[in-house]
Amino acid sequence: MRRLIVVFIGMATLACLVPGFAVAQDKSLTMATTTSTDNTGLLDELIPHFLKKTGIELKWTATGTGKALKMGENCDVDILMVHAPPAEKKFVGSGFGTDRREIMYNDFVIIGPGDDPAGIKGKAIAEALQTIKSKQGVFVSRGDNSGTNKKELSLWKAAGLPVPERESWYVQTGQGMLATINIANERNGYTMTDRGTYIKYEDNLKGNPPLKILVEKDAVLLNQYSVIAIDKNHCPKAKYDTAKQFIEWITDAEAQQLIKDFKLLGKPLFTPNAKM
Amino acid sequence: MFSRWSHFIAYHRIAMDFILEGFFQAFTLLLSGNAETYSAIWSTVKVSSYSIGCSLLMGIPLGFCLGYFNFMGKKSLRTIVDTLMALPTVFIGLLVYALLTHRGPLGNFGLLFSLPGIAIGQTILAMPIIIGLTATAVESMDQKLRITIMSLGANRRQLFLSSLWECRHGILAGAIAAYGRVMTEVGISMMVGGNIKWHTRTITTAIALETNKGQFGMGVALGLVLLAIAFCVNVTISFLRQRY
Repeated sequence: MRRLIVVFIGMATLACLVPGFAVAQDKSLTMATTTSTDNTGLLDELIPHFLKKTGIELKWTATGTGKALKMGENCDVDILMVHAPPAEKKFVGSGFGTDRREIMYNDFVIIGPGDDPAGIKGKAIAEALQTIKSKQGVFVSRGDNSGTNKKELSLWKAAGLPVPERESWYVQTGQGMLATINIANERNGYTMTDRGTYIKYEDNLKGNPPLKILVEKDAVLLNQYSVIAIDKNHCPKAKYDTAKQFIEWITDAEAQQLIKDFKLLGKPLFTPNAKM
Repeated sequence: MFSRWSHFIAYHRIAMDFILEGFFQAFTLLLSGNAETYSAIWSTVKVSSYSIGCSLLMGIPLGFCLGYFNFMGKKSLRTIVDTLMALPTVFIGLLVYALLTHRGPLGNFGLLFSLPGIAIGQTILAMPIIIGLTATAVESMDQKLRITIMSLGANRRQLFLSSLWECRHGILAGAIAAYGRVMTEVGISMMVGGNIKWHTRTITTAIALETNKGQFGMGVALGLVLLAIAFCVNVTISFLRQRY
């Protein structure tokens, strides 16, 4: 009995001695970002360079743009890297964020089964969506209020169609981009994705995926990524100066070149476009 | 017909492939000392030890009182505890997020996106299990035992301690059940911890991420690593159980 108590106390002491739960360091920065920058491996590639250059440790949590903006509004993070320009402008306009800078873009594409059952290949985006609807082709949507999801919904509206909801052919996954592509794969359906994530998917399947790009290169399909610092007036504890340092770094020539050089299967995933 | 079968076989071969791939990858990860994997293992072990430690410290006395003493409303209290055993982890995650966000009541402590933050949520998850199973163990204790201990001339303190000692196996079963839930939950770790690489990425959130990335083999590998840890814990416990 006594021995057991000793063992207990010993374990409790040991637990207390286990070196530090990460104490908030001055030289660290918390960022909320979208799944595409994380799932493609871009941040794994970029962030070590930032650490080497500045000694600042950037910690990021990957989520949809909608939740990322909410985390910014709640002062849970210091900086955002997101891709929904209209929502971002509203965010800055409401005084939650400041110093919004565009850093890079890629484009959205509609992908679908190689045999293209609804026949949308090569059509303009609006016409392609109308065809999917009239042919009742399976369309898999993120359905999670992410940047990609917001873009997709705006495309239905732009095509003059009501936003699909509870239609038998319209599947809302509520999951990340690659998970959604995999579901489209299983259901033999269409989906919209950013090109970066599509290349990652191609790479996962060793360059021979069942889903192919069917609609692309439409001007409305541009996918712009930006960084936004959280406003110090809204969140006094946000590390504005450190966030500013990151913004300076990612928009300078060196980091922009790193983004340009980030490739899978020899294809670039993002095109840098920061105005210097 | 033939094409259907060949499709079936090809399809399932892919699934088998990533399960097999996962087995090999699990060994490679562990033996090569993969830094990311060990960071996730370390976070998992650390955070689950903290939460199970806290919930044992608070849960055993509470559970003992609930089982040992008779008082008004005991049955309703018991029902509440049993209901709380079914708390969904995403719901706990959401509640703890609401508490810990900078605009929440505990926002000043900066616990969001940290391991202690996750530990708070996991303690809420484990406590009802420990309390409930401890109470059951105490209740199902042989009533004659109490009389025997008292007839041997034990005072109140000794009676209390020997009763606790006698139901150690029931309490241990509760602790193991709670540890299993805490180690394998993903909702709290994801919502409160944020799955931050090198910091709050646990094995379960890493599995969720690898699945999102389409790296199923890697996800399977991490799942096996988690099982291996659970196995080590249970071996240690059964060793202790034989000795005491």
